[in-house]
Amino acid sequence: MRDAEIIRVALVGNPNTGKSSLFNELTGLKQKVSNYPGVTVERRIGMAKISKDCRAIISDLPGTYSINPTSIDENIVLQTFLNTDVDDYPDVVVLVADVENLKRNLFLFTQIKDLEIPVILVINMADQMEKRGISIDIEQLKKELNAQVVLISTKKNIGIDQVKSAILNFKEVKEAPFSQIAERIDPSFFPLLNKQFENLSLYRSWLLLTQHQRIDIDSTLKDQIQKVNLNGHNLSKMQNRETILRYQLINGILKKTYKVDTKAATGLRFKLDKILTHKVFGYVIFASILLVIFQSIFDWASIPMDFIDTRFASFGTWVSSQLAPGVFTELITEGIIPGIGGIVIFIPQIAILFTFVAILEETGYMSRVVFLMDRIMRRFGMSGKSVVPLISGTACAIPAIMAARNISGWKERLITILVTPFITCSARLPVYAILIALIIPETRFGVFSLRGLTLMGLYLLGFAAALITAFVLQKVLKIKSSSFFVVEMPNYKLPILKNVGITVFEKTKAFVFGAGKIILALSVVLWFLASHGPVDFKNAEAIVTEQSVNTNDAQLLNQEIEAYKLENSYIGIAGKSIEPAIKPLGYDWKVGIALLTSFAAREVFVSTLATIYSVEDSEETNTIKERMAAEINPDTGKPMFNLPVGMSLMIFYAFAMQCMSTLAVVKKETNSWKWPLLQFIGMTIFAYTAAFITFQIFS
Amino acid sequence: MNFTIASLAVGEQGIIQQDPNGQIPLILLEMGCFPGANVELIQIAPLKDPLYIKVNGSHLAIRKETAKLIKIEKSENLCETLKL
Repeated sequence: MRDAEIIRVALVGNPNTGKSSLFNELTGLKQKVSNYPGVTVERRIGMAKISKDCRAIISDLPGTYSINPTSIDENIVLQTFLNTDVDDYPDVVVLVADVENLKRNLFLFTQIKDLEIPVILVINMADQMEKRGISIDIEQLKKELNAQVVLISTKKNIGIDQVKSAILNFKEVKEAPFSQIAERIDPSFFPLLNKQFENLSLYRSWLLLTQHQRIDIDSTLKDQIQKVNLNGHNLSKMQNRETILRYQLINGILKKTYKVDTKAATGLRFKLDKILTHKVFGYVIFASILLVIFQSIFDWASIPMDFIDTRFASFGTWVSSQLAPGVFTELITEGIIPGIGGIVIFIPQIAILFTFVAILEETGYMSRVVFLMDRIMRRFGMSGKSVVPLISGTACAIPAIMAARNISGWKERLITILVTPFITCSARLPVYAILIALIIPETRFGVFSLRGLTLMGLYLLGFAAALITAFVLQKVLKIKSSSFFVVEMPNYKLPILKNVGITVFEKTKAFVFGAGKIILALSVVLWFLASHGPVDFKNAEAIVTEQSVNTNDAQLLNQEIEAYKLENSYIGIAGKSIEPAIKPLGYDWKVGIALLTSFAAREVFVSTLATIYSVEDSEETNTIKERMAAEINPDTGKPMFNLPVGMSLMIFYAFAMQCMSTLAVVKKETNSWKWPLLQFIGMTIFAYTAAFITFQIFS
Repeated sequence: MNFTIASLAVGEQGIIQQDPNGQIPLILLEMGCFPGANVELIQIAPLKDPLYIKVNGSHLAIRKETAKLIKIEKSENLCETLKL
């Protein structure tokens, strides 16, 4: 049963029309981001109060230029409209259009209208009309389109109430198709088609016929489609005819209703394009923006990160002083608190990166980067559109790999997916940050610090590894894919802070709760494995006391007992068993434990060492860095984390595929285990070899 | 002589010609790049590819290989012929 009080609204529109702004305006923060079943496409759903006693569930569908999809994201739009039996089939569609590109936006409008579903046309950026010399005869347009039309400006917050009341009165919106276009495409074919699918409208059956490979439909319908006799008709020619016919009708309507005084158009786009895509300045500006991003991740983020680190350390101390000693207290202070700390510490970096990416997208600059970089990226078997995933990869490979979906060519997309994990993601940063602080002196060269330069070097190394691997893959992979690279170059816009804020908040939240669950769970498991063990572990006290009968120093004895316990705990045994394999890289079994757990997620490295050393270190609770600096290599008697070991570790982390979540996403996106496995094995071998060479060079 | 979008110089315009063999990809047609439309080359990327065009109010970047599929008649040529 469907609730009569709740109206289901689907928000559709071209990209860059302010569709998501309208969504934010309608729903406020009452929105939820989840995934569509089976695919990793983000599904944004929000609740809007339409009137005193009526609410609407609004789903923000992926932006698209046409109902005929060219990517997985756009498939969702088609799927939503072809599945009439599902619960979230919309009652009414709100189509958001940009006043400047009304013609192209109306193209999608006519397609949706032909599905015989009520559509409200919302024309956004109405505040720009005067400046651009545009005038629209709304009443005439309503008549011509046989639909409700609302002028709004999400930027100036104008017209939102009219949208709400149009949704409220959706039953008054006519469901009639835009035109009998299907019959006009080919009068000899469409009546036949109509006979085959008698219970479906003509346009629906036409979409099923042309797009059935792209959507999930039941097998009886599939059989029915396969049986359709084309009688020598060429589907793609008919699709082309359909497109041109639609534009002819739209042109006819706009001639009567839409006027542009071209003289009023501003030259801002032209001027900015001249600079931002200039053959020298274009690249200089792009490089500077990247530099600012990286600088801010390391510099600005370090202040809140240090704060979080020390807060969690002292919080742990405080909690353990408040609670009675016992297993439960240990679980909290040694398992859960460092575990949560290991998640929270990422928030500053992730949020800063997502903010930059959101601003670059919102302003329209990202399309210029795609334009600038396409030729270069193609040398490496990728597309200009690969730049977005590669930049997002500096925050987290998971959303980055999903962003690769916009790349229409399969080979270009696959290569982008395969090399993105080489990009220094924020999970590597805490590893780098702590190792750099331990092994690189605080030397300064003018404005540059040696530590900052080392980090920069590691970033560049990640990019270089991604590009070189892509270059090799391009030569090795024998995949033929035909697709067309089309990028819209939107008008430049000032970013709407609310939108940027919501995007950053949602993405950071998704990261914290997604990756956070794994990190927290692992921390607790680790704590358990480090504080439990077989027989030797249980008898540690007796064994150590017996061995060191001559030691009278109680504190020293206690330390030896703790060390012995760790060595004989489950995790110690696991670490010891891989020690021979990692010895050539300069690591001991404790680092080995951290490596093992890092295969679940890299960032666990720091919290693992924190857990291990805090189990071992029984007296006082220090920051993670202090604990690591105090660690002594028993073979040499010198600090464990010296230059060769630190460098070797950083190189290992730069190249190794240590993230379960990423592998899971790659599996989903490529629809096969082959690619994530290849990625995992290839990157690990590469990392091992590179770390080995590094250790030998620096030793 | 056969001109395509790829033969335009920056600032030049042309009219897209009929496409009997269906060479223009559907997505481009859908974005407004269809026969009869006026197309202007706005900018060429620094490495000569892709091309930044304006057609039917849409500003699009397309690759040279795609641009070569779209036959046009240069508007300028028309003017020159008229002058003669």
